[in-house]
Formats: sequence, structure tokens, C-alpha cells
Amino acid sequence: MQAGELERRLSDFLVTATGGSSVTIEGLRRVPGGASRETWSFDLVADGHPPQALILRRDPGGTSVGSDRALEFRVLRAAHAAGVPVPKVLWLGDDPTILAGRFFVMERVEGETLARRLLREPAYVRAREVMTGQLGEILARVHAVPVGDPSLDQLPGAGDGEHPATAELARYEQLYRTVAPEPHPVVEYALRWLRGRLPPSRRRALVHGDYRIGNVLFGPEGVRVVLDWEQAHVGDPMEDLGWMCVRAWRFGSSKPVGGIGEREEFFRAYERAGGGVVDAEVVRFWEALGDLKWAVICIAQAKTYLDGGVKSVELASIGRRTAEAEHDLLELVD
Amino acid sequence: MQDRPSAFELLQAVQDFLAEQVVPVLEGTRQFHTRVAVNVLAIVARELALGDEALRTEWRRLGALLREAEASMPESVAALTDAVRARNTRLAARIRDGEADAGPWGAEVLAYLRATCVERLAIANPKYATPRDGE
Repeated sequence: MQAGELERRLSDFLVTATGGSSVTIEGLRRVPGGASRETWSFDLVADGHPPQALILRRDPGGTSVGSDRALEFRVLRAAHAAGVPVPKVLWLGDDPTILAGRFFVMERVEGETLARRLLREPAYVRAREVMTGQLGEILARVHAVPVGDPSLDQLPGAGDGEHPATAELARYEQLYRTVAPEPHPVVEYALRWLRGRLPPSRRRALVHGDYRIGNVLFGPEGVRVVLDWEQAHVGDPMEDLGWMCVRAWRFGSSKPVGGIGEREEFFRAYERAGGGVVDAEVVRFWEALGDLKWAVICIAQAKTYLDGGVKSVELASIGRRTAEAEHDLLELVD
Repeated sequence: MQDRPSAFELLQAVQDFLAEQVVPVLEGTRQFHTRVAVNVLAIVARELALGDEALRTEWRRLGALLREAEASMPESVAALTDAVRARNTRLAARIRDGEADAGPWGAEVLAYLRATCVERLAIANPKYATPRDGE
């Protein structure tokens, strides 16, 4: 759908949603990134109200496999209600005919997401100091979001009695076997190693699924909101702590947690905020699982480029990062 | 033989042009992508310099690991690549079957995987495997 058509249809929707007689949409522009969903930024001026800075998230073209904007809307709403810093969601377009795909509108929060800026720019020296603790504390709140609510019953999660890592490993093994153009003995080794060492896993909670620098909006004072909840599911909360420690998200820095802090500080902040006792060995398992996922993602992204669908030098080069992820895996296995 | 500059030297010329003349006048995503392009050229240059020897080393290491050392190494790079791929496929299958889970061969496999990974990183990202401050 072209921007003009999108703006017209969105405008009609917002007139109804705001209960006003007219609205003006200003500055509608697509925010880059994301193949399975579109993100648009715009300002809304409605009937004498001050302008609102907003974001539109939509599934392009009909129902989308895997991602579901309606579920993301409900997760964000539940997280917001539980005190997790997230953009406030406003309206859900559940009728897929309105914008040819489900969508929702949320507040637009200003800030930065780029790791490179966080790690290098003098403006963020304070953020670098406080964010490790903040990320731990916020994560504890994420894991405290009640998942029993009927609005969240569509959340994917491990079946009764199944170890949450089993489902993750199966998913990534399936992806690897489907797309890998070459054999990867390291991936095979890691699959065996992880399956043979599933750690105790009793707790089930809302897991963000992609909690890392890059998906956290921040300012000079620290974290503002947590973004990109598409991978949210019910699982073992240690998965999120492990993913945060994956070396790929250190962006070249030597500090293990997002390139800005130590594991001790991150775990203790999580515990102090009510996250429950953190067993570093269990988190290490989930970090290794995270490295496996990242290796498979590198292989899959390279395959996307090789299939000729997307012309991008960045996509092409990611295939050569597979060796980095495999290196990290090999450091963690016995 | 080809005239100078060599393939390696031509890559260097393009890298220098992009890094010194183009990156500074760009902004945002396009600047980032140009930096990625410079890095890609550096990978290609390293592969030109190191790739053939790395492939032969991989062939020999896999031969020892899979107890196939008597097989003679194919002469052309293309045939050698296919042969190494075939060995990697056999190795992957044996690992998948659980043969490397434990025992002396499992330890051999792990040592092989680590050694080969370091060699791949020498081409893909030489700074990655070197120890840094604080680690």
C-alpha cells in the first residue's frame, strides 16, 4: 500500500478511534527495519488537542504468519500495566480490512537505540554507568507480568512438561536444516551439547525473547522504554538473561552485558527487583543457547541474501559472522 | 600472469577510496553500509591471501579426524572445495549421530572445531579471537 492510501485509511480509522470529527496526520514516514512488520512514524492533530507523537505498527498485506500485531498490542498493554517501561499502546486495528493487515498505534518515545552511540558517545557516559542495573531491574518486572490473563492466551510457550529449551532448540535446528547451504559441524556439536545438559527449569514467565541493546530505547539518563516485543512468549526467564550476555550484543566492547556492565551487577539488580535467585551456570546454558541461535540467524540471513530476495551488502556480510558465533559457542562448551 | 596492480592491490585501492573519499561525505545508514562494504573488501583480500592454504589445512585436519588421511588431495581449488565440503558433511553427520558426545574422539572433534574456527576467523575477522583487556 502506498503512503497516500495508508494515510487516508489511517485517518478514517483515527477519526473513529478518537471520537473526533476530523484529524490531521503530519509527517507520515516509514521507519527503516523489519521485514515481517512495518513501522511508521507520524504526528496526529485531532480536534483542538495538542499534537501527539505516534507510531503505527502493521502487518503488511493480510494476516501475517508468525507475527501478530494484535498479540503484540496485548503484550505491550499487559507490560505497561505491570510497570514495565514500554510505549503506551493506544488503538488496535483488529479488523484486517482497514489497513490490509492488523495494526496498532502507540505513543512515540524519543531516544536512541544504537549500541555504537551508547558505547562511544560522551553524551551517554551516565547511561553507560546506570543501564546495567536498570536492565536487570526492568527485566525482573518483565518476568513478573501476569501471563494467566485470557488476553495473553495466544502467547506461544512450551507445552506442559516440556523443557522450554527443547522448543527453542527444535525451532532453530529446523531453521538450520532448512536453510544452511553448507554443513556446520559446530552447530551440530552445540545442538548435542545443549540437549545433553538441559538445566533445571521450574519457573514460567513472560519472556521478552530479544532483550538486548538495540531493542532498548535510551537517553543520556538511561533506559526509557523496551521495544520489539515480537518474540515474546512464555518460557524460562533465564532465557532473557542469557540472551543479554551473548557476545554479539557487546558490539565490540569487552564488558559481557550489552558491552556496558558485568554479569554480577546485572544479576544482582535483577534479584533485588524481585526476579528470583540467579544461578550463573543456568544463565551460561541459556547464553550458549543464545550463541547457537545467533549462529543459525547468521546462516539464515546469508541465505536470504543468496536467494536473491534482498540486495544488501550488510545482509551478505552477516554470513561471515557465523564464525564469530561459533567461536563463542566453542568457548562455552566443555 | 596479469599486469600490476595485483588483485590484492586493486582491492586495497577500492578500500582506500571508499574509506577516505566516500565514508566521510556520507551520513546515517548509507555511511554505515559503506563501512560494511570496506570491511567486506578486507575479508575478500584476506581470503585471497590465506584462503587456499586454509582449505588445504582443513582438508588435512579433516582427513586425520575422519581417519581418511590416505586419500590424495584434489589438485584444483574447486575440486578441493567440493571434497572438503563432503568431509564436513560426513563429520556433521557423525556428530549428529552422537559419536562426538564423549570419549577420546569427542575431544579430538572439539579440538578440531576450535582450531578450524580460529582459522576461519583469521579471514572473517582477525581481531575477534585475540584476547582483549579485561578478559
